[in-house]
Amino acid sequence: MSAVADQFDRFQKLGVEIIAVSVDSQFVHKVWDEEELQKMVDGGIPFPMASDGSGAIGRIYGVYDEAAGVDIRGRFIIDPDGVIQAMEVLTPAVGRNLEETFRQVQAFQLVRKSKGTEATPSGWTPGKPTLKPGPDLVGKVWKVWKP
Amino acid sequence: MADVGCGRPTGSVVGSETKTVPENTSPVPEEEMTMQAKVGQKAPDFEAPAYLKGGFTSVKLSDYLGKWVLLCFYPGDFTFV
Repeated sequence: MSAVADQFDRFQKLGVEIIAVSVDSQFVHKVWDEEELQKMVDGGIPFPMASDGSGAIGRIYGVYDEAAGVDIRGRFIIDPDGVIQAMEVLTPAVGRNLEETFRQVQAFQLVRKSKGTEATPSGWTPGKPTLKPGPDLVGKVWKVWKP
Repeated sequence: MADVGCGRPTGSVVGSETKTVPENTSPVPEEEMTMQAKVGQKAPDFEAPAYLKGGFTSVKLSDYLGKWVLLCFYPGDFTFV
């Protein structure tokens, strides 16, 4: 969570709002922020930390572990229409790589801005060429993209 | 004051305006309880009590329409990863 908070400015620059969710109460969130996270990140957590005490939210997002009673690590990129564009779910012992999240957000934003006339090939990063799907591209991807 | 009892905490200081979700209310609207999050589909809405910068508030996903949202679930406060 502190890693996400540390990168908050970069997400803000992309116009991305962050919501964190766990089964802990908002009171526990407060103590965690004050006792620990503020010592890791200046000013503490700058985005809302929501409480999913019943696991109801995690359940519909497919991340609630009934046996453990927790929401496992799940990350969802939701566009301005409220549509889920990407999801990533990990078991608890492995942390996320935020660089990949940045990359995906920028790719989805580019595709949205182009109104679907552009797509980003495997491994695309900002600044690299995009693909323009259409009759002219069929069988010709090799000309514009190499692994 | 009828809401004061030993149920779930409301997240408000006693006597202050309650800004959080009412007690015993599911955070997920009933018609969306059976939804399952899928890419390319509408994100199921929810409203939940939240902590934000020293205070308590509530978060409703549909309030964020028009913005990009990164929704992050994690296993628990005070865990290490």
